[in-house]
Amino acid sequence: MVPFTVFAALFLILPTMYIVVGAFRTADGGFTLTNLANLFQPSILASYWISIRISLATAFFGCLIGFALAAAVTLGGLPKWLRGPIMTFSGVASNFAGVPLAFAFLATLGRLGLVTVVLKEWFGVNIYAHGFNLLSFFGLTITYLFFQIPLMILIITPALDGLKREWKEAASILGATGFQYWRIVALPILWPSLLGTLALLFANSFGAVATAYALTGSSLSIVPIMLYAQIRGDVLQDPHLGYALAFGMIVITGIANFIYVFLRARSERWVK
Amino acid sequence: MRTQRIWSIIALLFGLLYFALPLIGTLEFSLRARRGVYSLDAYRSVLSDPQFRETFGYSIVMAIFTILVGALIVVPTAYWVRLKLPRLRPVVEFVTLLPLVIPPIVIVFGYIRLYNTSSFLPLTGSIMGTNVLLLLGYTTLALPYMYRAVDTGLRTLDVATLTEAAQSLGAGWTTILARLILPNVLIAVLSGAFITFAIVIGEFVLASLLNRPAFGPYMQLVGANKAYEPAALAVIAFSITWICMGLIQLVTRFSKHTKAKR
Repeated sequence: MVPFTVFAALFLILPTMYIVVGAFRTADGGFTLTNLANLFQPSILASYWISIRISLATAFFGCLIGFALAAAVTLGGLPKWLRGPIMTFSGVASNFAGVPLAFAFLATLGRLGLVTVVLKEWFGVNIYAHGFNLLSFFGLTITYLFFQIPLMILIITPALDGLKREWKEAASILGATGFQYWRIVALPILWPSLLGTLALLFANSFGAVATAYALTGSSLSIVPIMLYAQIRGDVLQDPHLGYALAFGMIVITGIANFIYVFLRARSERWVK
Repeated sequence: MRTQRIWSIIALLFGLLYFALPLIGTLEFSLRARRGVYSLDAYRSVLSDPQFRETFGYSIVMAIFTILVGALIVVPTAYWVRLKLPRLRPVVEFVTLLPLVIPPIVIVFGYIRLYNTSSFLPLTGSIMGTNVLLLLGYTTLALPYMYRAVDTGLRTLDVATLTEAAQSLGAGWTTILARLILPNVLIAVLSGAFITFAIVIGEFVLASLLNRPAFGPYMQLVGANKAYEPAALAVIAFSITWICMGLIQLVTRFSKHTKAKR
């Protein structure tokens, strides 16, 4: 127990506390709120805003598509043997983040990527001429979905398995259509799981650095990349503003995770 | 029922397309290095790069040490919590999940400020110290996965009875942990180990900000400077992840066989 406590204190709690405390400190050690107030300048707010938008978009579409796929596998009447490979693949793909993921999408949707070239040469559609750019909000969202969708599948499949067959039968005996069953019975039960996973996916993409950095360099100014540049070379010219930036990230991912834990506890009331 | 199946197939095809295209695209791109024909030139170029071997070797060594340190910290803790301190379980579980809540970049930011040359523990002052710091940082990142795996493994054991049996035969704590608990949760530790391996090999942020020559920053560097080699690296990295996940599956299947049939 002692090694664990020492380890967790020294390499997890203390460094985080240091950042949190640093966010409320002046250069000579006094208490202040100026650092936090300084976050409210246009360039920093803009990068928080784009980060939040990307995280929301990837979480939302990750949930939607992941849910559709998980539902297809568990309830859609597809052959049973499909399930194992899909779950294994989800395990792999949800861990396939970081630098290589960026390379994979550059090789696929970059200017010389397979899909770009095929669309241009076979169908005469130049997606880059139509305003598509992988190094943008949209491109980053598509890329992040590669690990968000599998994570959703991994988390939501047990919840879908928990939907009891009796509920569906009871609903259809009472004359409900498939759509009505989903709207009145299944979705309200799944609702906490869905929202909770949404929050988790949000936090997951909010903290991601490597993929975005390898993909865009520092051209897309999302918060983690800004923090990365700040740690490397103090681009904000104020170390304590760096702490505040990091503190803001903790607050946002913390809230998202809190929502996840809270809703998860609620959803377990039904799925036993 | 009919429409449901059609929708399922549509969803599945869409998923297949989305997930297969980047993989095919990467593979195809990595083979394009020689003009006009497919060749393995990009792989040859990557594998013959001495920096590739150095950074890859460095990351493998780091991964192995991370697994060892992680197991050393997690196994006794999870065991002790199950045996003596079940009331602390929620707290320990919460702490082990923290690395998923606090973004890694924030944790490493804390390290850099907390363990700089003028602090009480100047780890970033020397190369060895930075290596140790990186190692412990990786252990922190792997903590959620390692703890989960080991705790699940312990769940299938009757820890209290096993411990009493060992004690009444005269075993001390070290013997109990090393010769009784560890062999019993070895499968779980292994499955935690493979995921740790997969994480550490590709990790970028920690290694990059601590300025250590690991595989992640190397990949980023290649990506910024070369055309076809990054795709080859991505294929290699993806294969490593696949192998690790495959090994986890294999190991868990193996563990099912070792259990007595009921």
